[in-house]
Order: sequence, then structure tokens, then C-alpha cells
Amino acid sequence: MKAGAACISRKRWPSLADSEVPIPAQATPVQLFVTCLVDTLAPQIGEATVAVLEQAGCLVAFPSGQTCCGQPAFNAGFNDEAVVMARHTIDVLDATEGPIVVPSGSCGDMIVHHIPELLADDVAYAARANAVSKRTRELTQFLVDDIESPARVRSEESVAYHPSCHGLRNLDLGTQPEVLLGDIRRADLGDEAEVCCGFGGMFAIKQAAVSGELLTRKLDAIDASGAGVVCGGDLGCLMHLEGGARRRGMDVSFNHIAELIETEGT
Amino acid sequence: MAKSALDRRIAKELANSHKSEVVLTASKRLTKLRVTSDEFAPMDALKAQARSIRMKSLEDLPDLLGLFADNVQRRGGSVFFAGDGDEATQYIVKLAEAEAVSSVVKGKSMVTEEIELNHALEAAGMTVVETDLGEYILQIAGETPSHIVAPAMHRSKEDVGELFEEKLGLPYTSVADELNAAARAILREKFLAADMGITGCNTAIAEAGTVCLVENEGNGRLTSTAPRILVVVMGMERIVRNLEEASVILSVLARSATGQTLGTYINMVSGVPVGEVDGPEQFHVVIVDNGRTDILAGETAEILGCIRCGACLNVCPIFQTIGGHGYGTVYTGPIGSVVSPGLLGVEDWGELAHTSTLCGACEEVCPIGLEIPRMLQHIRTQTVAAGHSPGWLKVGMKAYASAASDPKKWSRAQGFAGLGAGLLRSEDGWLKSLPGPGRGWTQVRDFPPPQRKTFRQRWGERDHGTS
Repeated sequence: MKAGAACISRKRWPSLADSEVPIPAQATPVQLFVTCLVDTLAPQIGEATVAVLEQAGCLVAFPSGQTCCGQPAFNAGFNDEAVVMARHTIDVLDATEGPIVVPSGSCGDMIVHHIPELLADDVAYAARANAVSKRTRELTQFLVDDIESPARVRSEESVAYHPSCHGLRNLDLGTQPEVLLGDIRRADLGDEAEVCCGFGGMFAIKQAAVSGELLTRKLDAIDASGAGVVCGGDLGCLMHLEGGARRRGMDVSFNHIAELIETEGT
Repeated sequence: MAKSALDRRIAKELANSHKSEVVLTASKRLTKLRVTSDEFAPMDALKAQARSIRMKSLEDLPDLLGLFADNVQRRGGSVFFAGDGDEATQYIVKLAEAEAVSSVVKGKSMVTEEIELNHALEAAGMTVVETDLGEYILQIAGETPSHIVAPAMHRSKEDVGELFEEKLGLPYTSVADELNAAARAILREKFLAADMGITGCNTAIAEAGTVCLVENEGNGRLTSTAPRILVVVMGMERIVRNLEEASVILSVLARSATGQTLGTYINMVSGVPVGEVDGPEQFHVVIVDNGRTDILAGETAEILGCIRCGACLNVCPIFQTIGGHGYGTVYTGPIGSVVSPGLLGVEDWGELAHTSTLCGACEEVCPIGLEIPRMLQHIRTQTVAAGHSPGWLKVGMKAYASAASDPKKWSRAQGFAGLGAGLLRSEDGWLKSLPGPGRGWTQVRDFPPPQRKTFRQRWGERDHGTS
């Protein structure tokens, strides 16, 4: 399959059920940009995202040429490398149609804001990068603002929400996750709620000790809040937090918001 | 990985848990104090106004500085443009020598820290006394400021009590009022004895030839009025056109810096007073470039719009953790990580731009709306372009970009990574220890378990109905 070609599926995950998901007559086609982290390290988040979108009546396509949007390179100052990945991402996504949904505020921010900046002087790409940018939505944004999905998070335990910085500040994702969290029992992180968890991409490795201090602050707040579940919209922060919680032996689960939204079969 | 000087400084600060605790508490308190209410004027509107004033000032800088210099001279003052720190300190030392100055009092001024003025004056045999309480504490302790507004914020009241006991021979107290009173008694004598006062400048007003100095202790007022010679040292960007503009800047400054709607003392000094008993006989303004023209010509020019309120330091999780001394520069925190590489060179100081998670809290609180994360990212590109990244990262990024531009290579790379990681799994599947650069990750947290199948593989199977 050539880069950019979409494979549209109407089937459920074989492991979840064997019946076909009924797709509404007027299904909204959406392109899933699953992100390299989810693809490689947490495929279940990708599956949960598909389930949530299909339940909301979307016809999900996965452009198979997608790899990484280039955010890790861009973030670290490797613009030449970021440009290579940005061009590839635009090649893949510009060949598709309809909204592009990303289950990450950070990668969403990259595609919406930074790729168009990076490729602004690239005659072959600038216009296409802008077109892709306009079509791209972070998952909670798409569910709440675009299709007004009635789906809500379900949880037996109290949930602490961790807003990731790029989603919160660069994509202005303040209200959308709140809408999805609905009226479930919440755990309050107080003053620490909107403080960076210390992940920061390469920062987590290059400044490991400082990153670890911020991690401790956030985990202390989670501990004090009595949360049973920590929910977020970015796998980077979640794996950083869960990795730290496991090191401490904390009994808390960490989930992407897509995994907690109630769908048939969950 | 070899530890850089920056890494060593950070490690040292992290090891000082008392200091870290004091910095965190003080940062949080200052962040809470910040005025975001619309008392007297809507903050959002003020911020927008302040930004446009600062950006316009930078555009018109040569014009404004010329106008300002003319007006200062017209009102009996002298103006000296210093290309670098040495020119500035030499001018001031020569002036002090010519005027037989033996003792100098100073108001808080970051630019004089930048040009290391105290050293130069002391080397010339003069006594220099810092009169801002925070700066006075640091002078006694032999320390540098850790914060651009609250220079001694890393010291608790108890720390100061112990310091005064040790260095000044005063009975120990941790009561702030008593510490203040002790310092006041000592400093009052210094003001009266000083031949020269030196202050900074929060903003100069071009059309009036006026220098504005904001403070809360009254020491700035005494410094600028008691001694017979007044020297104001200002960064060349610290200027606006008229009084209306200055009032907007001073208003957002106080709200953002100390949670006041206006500073307690707003000193406005305009030349040598005519027909008055009080005030200096000589008024000198030293306008310092020291690398600012270079910044103005580059991609981070807007950083010169900074009004030094310190709000970005207080809210920065990295500053809260490593304190100002972790940065090793005069200007610290997010703003310092942009300013310092600009003034001192990306070569030696660009690494500071990596002491950030780019979380954006700084930009959110900045009263001028400076795009600090964008500028930090830009400086990172400069450090990378100059070849200042670790070898593993350069090789890794190249390989990563090459794999990411070819889906087949990408899938193969994912497979290899999974296999490699699979060998390191612990009982619960998570990786407790990664080799090479991955050590940084597992130094403080576990790494997620490798997956048997990637999302794209699972999708492919679902797509073709294989179950």
C-alpha cells in the first residue's frame, strides 16, 4: 500500500467481539493519526480511540504510511530531522480526506501549529501543511466540539485528570476533557493540577534528576488526592507518571481518556 | 554521559533540600500574589497594551534613545552609551575617581550585576553597599542573586537571622520586622555618608528625559536623592516614549511581580533638580548595550520587551526545583534561559534552553505575552546546528528521522526495539533498567513493557479479518 492510502475498516477488534459494528448511514469519515508512542508502546489506546470514534458514528481510517509527526526532534531543536518527518506526515495525511483525529495534545499541537511553521517557506509543502493543520483535531476536541458526542467517561474509582501542557496551553483543551469526564467522582490535585509533570520529551532523559523531582511532586499530589485512576490525554506524560508510580509501588491505574470512555463492550 | 558545568550546578542545588524547599515555597507564594483581577483596570486589556508598547519601543529604539539622551542633557544630566560591560564600568569608575568618591550606595539593579560593577568599584578602592534588603543580605553572604525581583528568595528568615548573627554580630532573631530594623539602622548611616548613589532603571521615558525606578523599601529613593552624584545604569531596551506608556508598564510590572496594583515607591528622576535643596548635584545615565544589539537583530529580539517582573520564574516548575543558582547566570528562570544565551553567546550558554519542559506556564503569565517557549526552542535549534548535542542524540535523531520517513523501515525498527526491550523485561513486564542514554529514563522511573504487536499490526489483522 502506498503512503497515504487509507484502509477503512468496519470490523471490530477480533479480540473484543466477532460481530460487526453497525455503522450509521451518515457515518463521518475520520483519519486516525495514532501517534508513534501509542502505535509502539500502547496499542490498546489506539484501539480504544477507534472504539470511541466508531461508537460515535465515525468511519475510522488509518492512513498506514503514518509514522511520527517529528515532535520529539522539533522539541529537541533538531529542525532538519523534524522537517523530514513533518514532510512525510504531510504527504501521508494530505492524501486523505476528512477530519484527522489525534489522541494526543502534544502531537496535535505539532501538526496544528509547528508543522506549518516548520514548512512555511517550503513551496511544495506550505499550503498542504496548512490544509492538514486545519483538518486536525485532538481527540477530546473532536468528540466534544465537532461531533458533540454524548459518550462519557465511566469509572468506579475516583479519577484525577492530568492536563498535558501542550494540550492545555497550546490547543486550549480546558473544557473538552471536563465535558467527557462528566459527573464521575473526581480526585483533586489542588495547586499541582496544572503544573507540568516533568516529562518534556528528551528532557525526561537529559535532565533526569529534575524531571524526577517534578514527577515526585505530581505523584505526591496524586497520592494525597486519593485517586484510584489518573486519566490524561497524552501517553508521554502517562508513561512517565506510571513508570514513577510503579517505582514507588503506588496502587493507582493510569489511563488515556479514550480507554475510560464508555463504549459497547467495555 | 559527561556532566556539564550546568549539570553539576543543578545537581548541587538539588542536593540542598532546605534551599529547594525555601525556593519552592517562595515561588508558589509569589505566583499566588500575582494580581490577575481587574481591579482599577482589566488585566487582559492592560497586557495587550503593554505588549504593543514594548514591541513598538523596540522598533523605535534608536529614535527613543536619541530623544531620551537629548532630554536628559537638556535637564542638566549626562548620558554615556556603553558598548559593553567594560566600557560601562570604566566610565563609572573614572567618574568616581575624578569626583574623589570613597563610598557608594546602590539600589537593586540587575544590569549592574550583569556588568559586575561592584567588583570594578571595589578594585578601585571604593566601598560599595547594597541597600535593597535582599541585595544587602547577599552582599554580606557573598552570594549572587537567585531571582530578578527577590534576589535573596532562596534564604528563609531563619537563614537571614543566622547570617546577621554570624556576620554582623547581632543577636539571633527570625522575626522579619526585627531583621528589617537591624538592616535599616545600619543602612541609614551608609546613605548619609555616601558620595555616589547607583541605581538601575525600570523604564526610561524618552519624551521627558526621565528615569523611573520602582521599589518597596524606600532605599531607591534615598539612593537617588541623598548622595551628591547619581548614576543610573540601564539596559538600552528599558525605554518607552511617554508618561502614558510608562504608567501602563509600571502597572503590569507591579501586578505581575509582587501582586501590587502599583509599587510602593515610584521614583521619577529627571536631570539635576533646579532650585531645590534635595537631590543630586550630578546626574549620569549609563546606557548599556553589552550584546543587546545582537539580540535585537536575531530571532529572539522580542525578549528585549521583558520588563523583569519575574512572574515566569515564579511559575516555572524548573526554577521552582533548581532555584536561580542552578542556572549559573545573572538572569535566571525561563527569561534568563533566553536572555543569557543572547548576551553571553549560544556557544557557552545555549544549553540553558534545554532546562525547560516547554510547558508554556511562563508564556501564560508573562504580562508582555512573550513567546518564551518558541524562543527556547529556537535557541535549541542553534545549539544543535552548532553541534553541541551529545553524539548519541545526533546519531539517534538521524536514524529516527530516516526510519520515520519510510513506513517499511519504521515497522522494522519498531520490531527491533520491541525485541531488544523484551530481553530487559522484569516480572511485571516494565523495564527497571535501560542501557545507554535510556539510563536517564530508568534512573527515576520504569519504562513501559514492549508490546507483542504494534497498533498498525493489530489494525492490519483486523482489517483483513484475521482473528
